[in-house]
Amino acid sequence: MPSIDVNGTPIEVNADGFLVNPDDWNESAAGILAAQAGISLTPRHWDVINFCRKDFTATGKSPGVRRITKVGGVPTKEMYALFPGGPGKLAAKLSGLEKPKGCL
Amino acid sequence: MKKLLILGAGTAGTMMANKLRRRLDPVEWEITIVDPDPIHYYQPGFLFVPFGVYESHELKRPKTEFLPAGVTLRAETVEVVEPDKKRVKLQGRTEYLHYDVLIVATGTQIQPGETEGLLGEGWRKDIFDFYSFDGSAALRKKLQHFEGGRVVLNVAEMPIKCPVAPLEFLFLADYYFHTQGIRDKVELVYATPLDAAFTKPRAAELLGGLLEQKGVKVVPDFNLSEVKAGEKKIASYDGKELDYDLFVSIPVNMGDALWERSGLGDELNYVATDKHTLAAKQMKDVFVLGDATDLPSSKAGSVAHFEAEVLTENVLRQIEGQALLPDFDGHANCFIESGFGKGLLIDFNYTTEPLPGKFPLPGVGPFSLLAESKMNHWGKMMFRYVYWNQLIRGVELPLEAQMVMAGKQAA
Ligand SMILES: Cc1cc2nc3c(=O)[nH]c(=O)nc-3n(C[C@H](O)[C@H](O)[C@H](O)COP(=O)(O)OP(=O)(O)OC[C@H]3O[C@@H](n4cnc5c(N)ncnc54)[C@H](O)[C@@H]3O)c2cc1C
Repeated sequence: MPSIDVNGTPIEVNADGFLVNPDDWNESAAGILAAQAGISLTPRHWDVINFCRKDFTATGKSPGVRRITKVGGVPTKEMYALFPGGPGKLAAKLSGLEKPKGCL
Repeated sequence: MKKLLILGAGTAGTMMANKLRRRLDPVEWEITIVDPDPIHYYQPGFLFVPFGVYESHELKRPKTEFLPAGVTLRAETVEVVEPDKKRVKLQGRTEYLHYDVLIVATGTQIQPGETEGLLGEGWRKDIFDFYSFDGSAALRKKLQHFEGGRVVLNVAEMPIKCPVAPLEFLFLADYYFHTQGIRDKVELVYATPLDAAFTKPRAAELLGGLLEQKGVKVVPDFNLSEVKAGEKKIASYDGKELDYDLFVSIPVNMGDALWERSGLGDELNYVATDKHTLAAKQMKDVFVLGDATDLPSSKAGSVAHFEAEVLTENVLRQIEGQALLPDFDGHANCFIESGFGKGLLIDFNYTTEPLPGKFPLPGVGPFSLLAESKMNHWGKMMFRYVYWNQLIRGVELPLEAQMVMAGKQAA
């Protein structure tokens, strides 16, 4: 398994770069994952990440874009601006969660 | 008398009514099923209507034809469910229906109103759907007089029911335009929010290959934000645009608004369900099956069938105070029509993706898994007969509810 280095501690990630264990996540890990994706974190990003972490604790699932929009209150267009390329996947990744399962 | 209440008399609700009427003592249990629509539609047939394979009228029959004696059909819309009081309110009535056990089978429907511009000036002129009875019939008329141009098929958002139907539509469109002698005048484009043709890697590779062979251009990662009907363009959230002459949309699919009204649905109005027992997570003595669940299984009639087998046992166990069986494994079994009289078959569950092999008899078939064959096409065509005469009537089919590995090549 590959890993990322977070302040000297290796954290395990899967082939797509998602954390294997959501409990390994911390704010520094989010920063490193964001940098890998070419994103510099703003307070708005943190709103999304905090929502994702909280929602995951409540439901046990990674929230998709629609849930972040509807329940977390961040408009879809803004989600695409904050996480260019794939807001659902990127928000989950930076929050240390698995890829959202919206797609089966 | 004790009361078993079923919400929705589509594929799943009708199966449960038949199975449970046979198993529950009619002296002890009354069974009521609620659904405002008197017609039962064979939804898998909607795919074929645009191409003239089926006529619309062949796909509808009265619901009462499939409900056994001893089951009362109430032609009403459910307004809200009140699980604390174990009752259901009907729309426009002061009356409540009380239950001892409730089964939820309210399905999922397309919601074109969720996407800006989709229901605007182009709707049913050069913008169509085929996921509804009326939509598929309207598209048939359009295709009869279609002379060529750019046909764009788009899935607005996942999940959708029957996730292979968009691919089948493209395969059949390729076939249809060939037989009309205008294939060279038609460009087929598939804009999908997925990063590949399908969600399961091995099947995605095979199906992606077929699309390429048939000259369908795939535009992955396309998340529809808006339809600009005036300019005949669709736009994605990240600013991509596609021109069309004919836009075939699979709009956002959502569970019934009753779940939003009841405060019991997720962001797409699906009901939180235990993935193995099918018990509702937030309601006591309530079970959910079919397209209405929030499970990570495919939304398909075959899945509803496998769920119904497990759920019948679990409802009886619940009534007898026994522990529920965690027996549903996400099993799905889907024929994929691939055009020119051929088809594919995929069989998978929560943990095993579609694999090649033979089905249902290992090594024998007659159906081939993850490969094109004429037999698979006939399987798909036979499905309508099986659906009307066996499946929804709750007749036992010679298929295991759980997926079996025998006959599959795992490597
Ligand atoms: C184009 C297309 C092709 C398909 N092809 C296939 C295929 O090849 N194979 C396959 O296995 N599946 C296929 N499917 C999927 C299959 O049709 C569905 O998965 C199946 O019908 C789901 O059954 P259900 O009972 O959950 O929902 P439905 O059969 O849709 O029934 C839901 C019922 O609930 C009722 N209802 C909703 N809200 C309320 C309310 N508030 N009060 C009372 N009643 C309510 C509705 O009126 C409806 O009758 C296809 C679907 C489509 C659209």
